Amino acid sequence: MSVVKTFNKYRNLLVELVKKDIKLKYRNSYLGVIWTMLEPLLTMVVLTLVFSKLLGKGTQDFPVYILTGRLVYSFFSNGTKAALRAVRANASMIKKVYVPKYMYPFASVLSGYVIFLISLVVLAIVAVVRGVYPTLQLFWMIVPLLQILLITTGVGMLLATMAVFFRDVEYLWGVALMLIMYTSAIFYQVESVISEKNAWIFKLNPLYAVIENFRNAVFGQPMNFQAMGYATVFGVVSLLIGVFVFYKKQDKFILYL
Amino acid sequence: MSEKTMVSVRDLGVKFHLSEQKVDNLKEYIIRIIKRQMRYKEFWALREVSFEVKQGERVAILGLNGAGKSTMLKVIAGVLKATEGSVKRSGVLVPLLELGAGFDPQYTGAENIYLYGAMLGYSKAFLKEKYDEIVAFSELGDFIHVPVKNYSSGMRARLGFSIATLVEPDILILDEVLSVGDAKFRAKSEKRIKEMFSKGTTVLFVSHNLAQVRSLCTRAIWLEKGHVVEDGPVAEVAEHFEATITKG
Repeated sequence: MSVVKTFNKYRNLLVELVKKDIKLKYRNSYLGVIWTMLEPLLTMVVLTLVFSKLLGKGTQDFPVYILTGRLVYSFFSNGTKAALRAVRANASMIKKVYVPKYMYPFASVLSGYVIFLISLVVLAIVAVVRGVYPTLQLFWMIVPLLQILLITTGVGMLLATMAVFFRDVEYLWGVALMLIMYTSAIFYQVESVISEKNAWIFKLNPLYAVIENFRNAVFGQPMNFQAMGYATVFGVVSLLIGVFVFYKKQDKFILYL
Repeated sequence: MSEKTMVSVRDLGVKFHLSEQKVDNLKEYIIRIIKRQMRYKEFWALREVSFEVKQGERVAILGLNGAGKSTMLKVIAGVLKATEGSVKRSGVLVPLLELGAGFDPQYTGAENIYLYGAMLGYSKAFLKEKYDEIVAFSELGDFIHVPVKNYSSGMRARLGFSIATLVEPDILILDEVLSVGDAKFRAKSEKRIKEMFSKGTTVLFVSHNLAQVRSLCTRAIWLEKGHVVEDGPVAEVAEHFEATITKG
């Protein structure tokens, strides 16, 4: 059966898996899906308090700055972590029913993406409250939004494959995520912290490239096309590698689960 | 009955690596590669197995524990990949391997109908249409809105059976599942399976219950240590198989 035909047959499963992830995440909590918006809002309040009140930095629109960075980073972080666990978490099903295996990590990433998109509502509200009004530049937002999905899916597939064979990938990835977080300029301005000659660290981090243009779209600034090109290339390449490695190794999964 | 080949197995071999110590962390793996200590014991669960199953045949797979019966069903079901040789099949295949294995314990029975149904490749519209039928057949009543983690194993199996047998499959794979639920449900599930038999469904059946095998199947394949020992009419093969096991 061709790939497209198989995908069509199991499209319903993908929808069901995404629904399941979201439903179960908020089951038994009073506020339910509202947490998707409340949680980033509360983190933003904490970070704003710490960095603007205690450290005396930041301006009127600093909360918007923090929120843009944090939303993108936390989707990437949660999405890759969930994908990493997806194959192992569904081991009992993989052993008994034939289903295209990429459905599991892909569904984990997609459910995180849906939550991410819902939480953009918070960003819109905070932006207006803080006096950051939409401009025509906002339409550019679609580019970083697609890039981060590509990158997360690609990296997630690669991690999911590796995690089947080596359990310590999960811990190593936790450390890597920390490094990525601190070089993504989520709660500080790059210029204020890093000297000119260390700026290459940020140029290398694809997540920073995505966040930078996401911010440019929100704040009505011109796009950084160099960063946009880098993030696109990184996204496409990581997706190709992730999918390739996953397909090469997927028949062996069952022997290691 | 037509002579259409439903399942065709050619020189099938399935190899497992039994590493002497399980290496599942990166550090250990790298150390072993450097010291050249990655040793595997190779183990063929199935080797040089060939047979064909025609439409309407009901084939029992006999053998002691570890003979390769379940491995063979898994390969035919598509869960496990053959190391060598090929397996071809045509038509809709429904595996009744472990009933309710695809359930999410936190989900209610009703939600699991849609989830498990989707795993078997059914569309949402189809499942909606059949929803009442599934609930009625499973006899779960109001329990359908309770999370599956609170089900008894019998209730789980009943729901699994009701979903899996929704469509009339061309090939049905049964692995020791005809003993689910209480006596009442067992009678009902046997009736449903016999109905499928009469419609010409091809069946692959694994059971240690020889009486059941004799009454349900037309043909038997006897496996031992991954090889076919005998393949023929059920009465003969079952008799020879029984003779060896009673001899000890």
